[in-house]
Amino acid sequence: MRQISTRTIIDRIKDSAMRLNFELKEDVLSSLKDALDNEESQVGKEILNQLIENAGIARHDMIPICQDTGLAIIIAEMGQEVCIVGGDLRSAFEEGIRQGYKEGYLRNSVCHPFTRENTGDNTPIIVHFDMVPGDRLKLWFAAKGGGSENMSRLFMLPPSAGWVGVKEKIVQTVEEAGPNPCPPTIIGVGIGGSFEQSALLAQKALFRPLGTLNPDSELVKMEDEVLEEINKTGIGPQGLGGRITSLAVHILMMPCHISSLPLAIDIQCHASRYTEIIF
Amino acid sequence: MDKVYHLEAPLSIEDIECLKIGDMVDVSGYIYTARDAAHQRFLKLIKEGKELPIPIEGQIIYYVGPTPAPPGKVIGAAGATTSYRMDPYSPALLEMGLKGMIGKGRRSNEVKEAMVKYKAIYMASVGGAAALMSRSIKEASVVAYEEMGPEAVMKLKVEKMPAIVVNDIFGNDLYNEGKKKYRIN
Ligand code: SF4
Repeated sequence: MRQISTRTIIDRIKDSAMRLNFELKEDVLSSLKDALDNEESQVGKEILNQLIENAGIARHDMIPICQDTGLAIIIAEMGQEVCIVGGDLRSAFEEGIRQGYKEGYLRNSVCHPFTRENTGDNTPIIVHFDMVPGDRLKLWFAAKGGGSENMSRLFMLPPSAGWVGVKEKIVQTVEEAGPNPCPPTIIGVGIGGSFEQSALLAQKALFRPLGTLNPDSELVKMEDEVLEEINKTGIGPQGLGGRITSLAVHILMMPCHISSLPLAIDIQCHASRYTEIIF
Repeated sequence: MDKVYHLEAPLSIEDIECLKIGDMVDVSGYIYTARDAAHQRFLKLIKEGKELPIPIEGQIIYYVGPTPAPPGKVIGAAGATTSYRMDPYSPALLEMGLKGMIGKGRRSNEVKEAMVKYKAIYMASVGGAAALMSRSIKEASVVAYEEMGPEAVMKLKVEKMPAIVVNDIFGNDLYNEGKKKYRIN
């Protein structure tokens, strides 16, 4: 058994929480720069420029890209030959978040659903565990803002809806979201699986760097097709009109029940904050 | 952009009557922050006939809940929050002479009608450009509801804070017009 101490895990999560919020990912930054060339609206261009400038300031001044520093989500793939020492794993994740949000002066954005009372330390966090072969622990750690998350949707479509029905639903969801998720957005799509699995697929689809091809060639075509439709809506940067409503559409798909066609659409704003941590 | 209009807050009607949707502005002077919880309290005070903790006439309210200020900084990241949550409260403030609102996202028809009636504008600042906004904030002090943390009401001294006119005093809406202009059928 390979041992991994909770101390190391806490430190890495803490550092990542801060870095994620201060440093816009390189792939997003270059995608915003590419978008500048394709945006026709003057207002749209100005917005993209402001976002690029914002990323520079945040990195330099070590202050968050966005004031909504997000709800923490960790998707953990735990190797079967790994042994965690020094405490339990979930508590280590939460401790890392607690320390990172405090030290980084990040905003605590977790509250009771009804009283809206803030829990004060950005916990509890959301954790999904999976067991895999090997002696590594791999974490996908994301900080998700509320504005774009609120516009995400899940549909249990009739199988007859097919690809055409799926495409329509995605575009409709983006249209209805309008300016709220701070476009330009990145659209994560999960097709198939079950009710909850489709949402997880949509989230995982967002963990592919922008500008990389989907390994499944069937999905490459689908992604291009939906992106083109989305960018015809005219919503544009910040919803103020323009060509670039979304930077990319990323799809993950798996088989589903013979009577279902689950579809989850995870709308991610340009402040896409996630990282892969491997121990 | 070809032209940027400079606004000095507080505003007079002359400052905003020439502004149209899509105009880029930069805002300097003193503005106030408030989110929904603060608006709710304002409205309660208005109903009770009591005085508000901030002046309203001619003022600009910025919808923001910043991150905590790190040591040596005036304020943390301070980008706009979604405006529709303020919609139920805004008409009453517009009636009292509020001249500008800065946020992100669409406003309700009631708010838009009140903007035409009482002559006020709504501006969008780029959602998620919170570090950029924070840089244009030179002073920040809590003036009310300190116990509400990021929802407290603050007075900000701003210098050239960038924004885009989304609703002008003529009843135009850039969210509608912009989308129409770039839509491909
Ligand atoms: S949607 Fe994203 S960019 Fe916009 S305010 Fe929320 S976290 Fe920030």
